Amino acid sequence: MSGAEAAPPRGFASVRGALRGGLREALGAPALVLGAGYVGFGALAGDAGISPLLALVSTLLIFALPAQIAMVEMWQLGTALPALVLAVMMTSTRFLPMAATLLPQMRHPRWSGRHYTFAAHCIAMTGWAIAMRRGPEMAAEHRLPYFCAFTMGLWVACLAGTTAGFYLSGLFSELLTVGLVFLNPVYFILILLRETRSRVGVTALLCGAVLGPPVHLMIPEWSLIVGGTLAGLIAFGILEAGARRGG
Amino acid sequence: MGAETELWLLMLVCAAATFAWRGGGLWLSRAVSLDGPLMRLLACIAYATLAALVSRIVFLPAGMLETTALWERLLAAGLALGVFLALGMNLLAGVVTGGAALILIVALQGG
Repeated sequence: MSGAEAAPPRGFASVRGALRGGLREALGAPALVLGAGYVGFGALAGDAGISPLLALVSTLLIFALPAQIAMVEMWQLGTALPALVLAVMMTSTRFLPMAATLLPQMRHPRWSGRHYTFAAHCIAMTGWAIAMRRGPEMAAEHRLPYFCAFTMGLWVACLAGTTAGFYLSGLFSELLTVGLVFLNPVYFILILLRETRSRVGVTALLCGAVLGPPVHLMIPEWSLIVGGTLAGLIAFGILEAGARRGG
Repeated sequence: MGAETELWLLMLVCAAATFAWRGGGLWLSRAVSLDGPLMRLLACIAYATLAALVSRIVFLPAGMLETTALWERLLAAGLALGVFLALGMNLLAGVVTGGAALILIVALQGG
């Protein structure tokens, strides 16, 4: 797989080991790269005159970079508030199927409702893509602590990145901020390519990537919910037909 | 209501709106069995929505990225992908290349 990094351990001996393992695996390239993306968000917030505390709290409470960037940019443009909230909400539709597919893998009698609620809040691209691949390699009991610790490691980096971006934004040229904002989509592309191994994942990614832009041109506000669902249904159809033919 | 208070309220509403999807997924997850067709369907929708989002940001961005041209973004993303693959799927090197390449490409145009 990744040649530059040491292969991570497959399973864990205990819940404590899973917590440590999740934290350790986050505090490497994932934390650095996501943290750098949040430098871009911090710089945008600084330019928009948003208080640093609000920017930091939004990183903890929203924890979705495209939604946070959309919120700041649209607020700066003076978008009407209902339209702004709808737009932010529509950039985050992915969390529903992501939560619905990751959380069942974490079921274990040891964990209760509040644990799952916290894990649901932790769901974001990086942790999800990695946990979808790593989860089956470890005991069911260890998946939830591994995932939550991984996300908390990312939070440290995201908060640090938001703070750095905020206070350095005065020094950044507009072009540098553009470069930092661009880190996010590049990061998403590369981590999806690296972590997606399943046929389901690859087929659905291709369908979504192809259908995303044309659907957005037709129905900008609803493009992710409609385009994502439509592309997902097409991928599902292709896979089921293939499975039936393959026997 | 001051602008600051309004902004806090707005952020909290956005946080609630974002959690609504995560919480909805949590609620739905109770009905999902690990090996069932619903799991496969939802996984397809999850991956497809992620890809649609990324593809939209690259092809039809809003906000700051709109100031760059499509070919500039595609070239920068292509270079990022090349370095990422050449270095054995090195995430950090790939992402840094992408950001630096876009800045350089735009700077060279303007210069």
